[in-house]
Amino acid sequence: MTSPAPIAEPRESAPKLDPAAVPALSIDAVSHAYGQRRALMDVSFNVQPASFTALLGLNGAGKSTLFSLITRLFGIQSGRVGIFGHDVSKSPGEALRLLGVVFQPRTLDLDLSLTQNLLYHAALHGISRREAAARSAELLGRIGLSERAGSKVRDLSGGQMRRLEIARALLHRPRLLLLDEPTVGLDVKARADIISHVRQLVTEQGIGVLWATHLFDEIMAGDDLVVLHQGKVLAQGPMSRVVTEAGAQDVNTAFMRLTGAQVMPGGGA
Amino acid sequence: MSSITTREAPRGFSFAEYMTCLTGIVWREGLRFLHQRERFVSALVRPLVWLFIFAAGFRQVLGISIIPPYETYILYEVYIAPGLMAMIQLFNGMQSSLSMVYDREMGNMRTLLVSPLPRGFLLFCKLLAGTAVSLLQVYAFLLIAWFWDITPPSSGYLTVLPALILSGLMLGSLGMLISSGIKQLENFAGVMNFVIFPMFFASSALYPLWRVQEGSPYLYYLCEANPFTHAVELIRFALYGQVNWISLAVVASCTIVFMIGAILAYDPSRGLARRGPAGGEG
Repeated sequence: MTSPAPIAEPRESAPKLDPAAVPALSIDAVSHAYGQRRALMDVSFNVQPASFTALLGLNGAGKSTLFSLITRLFGIQSGRVGIFGHDVSKSPGEALRLLGVVFQPRTLDLDLSLTQNLLYHAALHGISRREAAARSAELLGRIGLSERAGSKVRDLSGGQMRRLEIARALLHRPRLLLLDEPTVGLDVKARADIISHVRQLVTEQGIGVLWATHLFDEIMAGDDLVVLHQGKVLAQGPMSRVVTEAGAQDVNTAFMRLTGAQVMPGGGA
Repeated sequence: MSSITTREAPRGFSFAEYMTCLTGIVWREGLRFLHQRERFVSALVRPLVWLFIFAAGFRQVLGISIIPPYETYILYEVYIAPGLMAMIQLFNGMQSSLSMVYDREMGNMRTLLVSPLPRGFLLFCKLLAGTAVSLLQVYAFLLIAWFWDITPPSSGYLTVLPALILSGLMLGSLGMLISSGIKQLENFAGVMNFVIFPMFFASSALYPLWRVQEGSPYLYYLCEANPFTHAVELIRFALYGQVNWISLAVVASCTIVFMIGAILAYDPSRGLARRGPAGGEG
């Protein structure tokens, strides 16, 4: 397996903002092992505020482990994770309040109504009932589900549930949003809706987004890209640069060259 | 893009935020309980079967002499009522633990644990919520039992409340401790066999311990060492307006030990981290 020339200066790869800027998310030399199995090896990258960073990797690349570390589900064994400068291990409260997450498995209460789900989440963040009700109504309006506010989540479609989960993740007004393969299992229309909604959050509200995926067609030219493979970061930087440096024409080929993986036709890895 | 360059100052959490979180968790647990009518019905049917059938059949076999806190001869039904109240809480505590495993599989536990509030506090709220649900079940049972001539003094309904809260917390935190070690939902059958049944039968719930002592001294020591025995006795005495200090001490210390154990087990740098990715992870 011939790997291409190493991608230049991975540690200093956030040149587009002024150096004093605190990244929305900073992953610094993070490694993680489950017993003997090493899931992450010396992973480092940043997500800038108001940017869309795609974390591209096959299933089992370590994306979910990384998410579990950022959200403090697992303890960090080595390295450091910071959210707007707050160390996740040392001051988890301050770090987590700036973070919104959409996990890959659905995490809604199916028997509760949309509003009840949102109110519960707001309570977990200590948001008062009145404020929570106002924000819930507003967010439901924004995702076009106002009329369904009182119905059970069970009755929603897959795409609607995802939109609700994104709304829920935004309820406490985080400035960093993590999404773990949020479009898995959705139809084409629902996928497109979710992607454009999240991209709007980046441009209109300045939220930093980390979007884990294994689908190449979800990545656009202006995005930042982190290629994770078997627990290692193989390349990172603006998408166009990663593609050029891999000597490829598109993400698809670049990914294939970087990982030596067999890429399925149809845009998925 | 320049306004987002400074690090946010830490601002901590106010008392009101803690209370909002607590009421939110209890509220959600209550809503979920109301939506699961089968769970409520089965939580009631189980002790009622014991009361209506088992106790009626056993009444003639097992004579109960006058033992504290009772001041007269009592029917067997009256004797086992506190044991059945504790049984409701035992099942509820283990079922909450089941729901935590289920939650973890479904990812709801993640929603809870990414709350910025301290994790120990979140788990404590979860325990209180589970206990509140068990109180609903116990009082519903007491109401039905009243028609079955189990009529403790009316003040007993009030004095038993603190005892029930404490025993509910103890059994809930035991369940939480166990749940941190369960990987999959199916293992609940194991919990039934290895935790619920031994705890229930090796206790004073169904028979006074002096009876057990006559039969087997070793079993007697086992029963005496069983925290569930003390939960039962704490409830039994409290129902008649009395305090069993030894049981209170045992239940209180077990609650503290189990709760600390559960909080440590759910500590990200310990329990969960060792076991690898939770279910459903890619």
